[in-house]
Amino acid sequence: MTHWMDWRALPRAGVVAAALLILVPPFLPGWILFVLTKAMFMFIAVMGVSVLLRGGLLTFGHALYYATGAYAVGFCIKWLGVRELLFLIPLGALAGFIMAALVGIVMARYREVFFAMLNLAFSMMLFGALLKLYWITGGTDGLAIGTATLAGIALPGDSYGYYYFALTMVGIVTLVVYRFMASPAGYFLRAMYDNEIRIEYSGVAVRQVVYRTYLLAGTLGGVAGVLAAFTIGHIVPEDAFWIQSGEFVFVALLGVFGGVPGPMLGALVFEFLQTYASKYFPLAWQMMMGIIMLLIILFQPGGLWAIYQRIEARITGKDRGGDHH
Amino acid sequence: MVAADDLNIDVENGELVGIVGANGSGKTTFLNLITGYLKPESGRILVMGQDTTDLAPRELAKRGVARSFQIPQLYTNMTVLEGVLLSLAATAGESSNFWRPLHRDPWEPEAWEILNRFGLESYANRPVSELPEGGRKLLDIALSFALKPTLLVMDEPTSGVSIEDKFQVMDTLIAVLREGDITTIFVEHDMDVVQRYGKRVLVFDTGRVVADGEPESVLAQPEVRRAVLGHE
Repeated sequence: MTHWMDWRALPRAGVVAAALLILVPPFLPGWILFVLTKAMFMFIAVMGVSVLLRGGLLTFGHALYYATGAYAVGFCIKWLGVRELLFLIPLGALAGFIMAALVGIVMARYREVFFAMLNLAFSMMLFGALLKLYWITGGTDGLAIGTATLAGIALPGDSYGYYYFALTMVGIVTLVVYRFMASPAGYFLRAMYDNEIRIEYSGVAVRQVVYRTYLLAGTLGGVAGVLAAFTIGHIVPEDAFWIQSGEFVFVALLGVFGGVPGPMLGALVFEFLQTYASKYFPLAWQMMMGIIMLLIILFQPGGLWAIYQRIEARITGKDRGGDHH
Repeated sequence: MVAADDLNIDVENGELVGIVGANGSGKTTFLNLITGYLKPESGRILVMGQDTTDLAPRELAKRGVARSFQIPQLYTNMTVLEGVLLSLAATAGESSNFWRPLHRDPWEPEAWEILNRFGLESYANRPVSELPEGGRKLLDIALSFALKPTLLVMDEPTSGVSIEDKFQVMDTLIAVLREGDITTIFVEHDMDVVQRYGKRVLVFDTGRVVADGEPESVLAQPEVRRAVLGHE
């Protein structure tokens, strides 16, 4: 059986896709670059949802961490005037980590629907706070973010430089998640999906398995929030809203939540789908997305990645052995 | 209903103790008590002289108490090898290591050696779901064995195993356990298995131990046969 966290399982198409993401953007129009950059931070946020799903933990509140990262940037700009990515990315990661460390104390005790809905409850609490504390957060108007700097050099959110910075972050996140999932901690997470009793009888606390995964997911959410803030240039309480969390779950399921390539494919397809759906069906684009999700769940529960695997198997005559559930 | 009552049992280091009794006689309750799944209303449980009465299963596992289950508790979405590697990682206290890979030295060779001992090496890289029932039983015990326990508790190691395979499963198990000098307590319905492999047998009836001694003499007693089999 080939494991999705095995480097050898990275398909040739993955290498080709990485090469394309590096080489092609300079030749693309600006609007595509913007969509690609959005896909980068979407991927990072979705990786958080995806690792949790690997342990059977579905969250409808991951926007909590995304908004935490985004507002960490907002407050830093508002109060300190700091726009430096080399400072704000670690800050966003730390903010997500601390929020996850606090909320995770509660969440580690719950599973299944309780885990999903409690996460939702926490994210909605943050949404409410961001909405009501308008003298700090700007309320429904949100906060303007403006342009980031990298080592002192201005890096507009729609620039090639910013895109490559986001792509670099994607590379780092990919490495971290691969290492995590191939480590004992990652395997115990997968084991949790299988058999919590056996884990406890092995001398390992299941709650700790949940907690440390939650920390990782929260940290990734924070990083995604920082990137999103500068890409979009404006942050609003809706960043913590349940629809945002739903989008993360949507993308995780669209790709296939188990691996790294799946969420990347899901994030890219989602951003382009959203762009085109809102262009051609401006009043019904959400319905279009819903129909696509329905079709995926009914006919392709392995997500887009499973479609790729089938095509690859047909071409090479080899079955990789899907690793999704 | 009292499931376990007035139990006073001493087990020596390295001893192999079989437990028999009719359904509902308190055998599994006894196992659940000594492995931390249940807490007694009164009394104490000592392992290697240390009071373990109030410890949770994971704390007991850290103190060398491991168990297998009547229905094997396995990681069904992993390979056989990965399951054993996880036990070794847990024993090494590296369950929270999130950077170094699970598949590495010295765990990997050690896991292969354990699978060899249990006769499971040919299944090493196959999903657990592909194991036959006897193999699942052996793997359940191998996962506990990989925790390097001083006390291993097995709940019906041959239940669900075919009549042809049960002695082979037990032969493999006993050889491994003797080699490791592991104190073993096992519950078994099959009198043949207890007679053949146990050095000492405890007979449970309505939550109490009604006989304790060498299998041949104990299992020959008419009241024991009545309690266990329902007839003499």
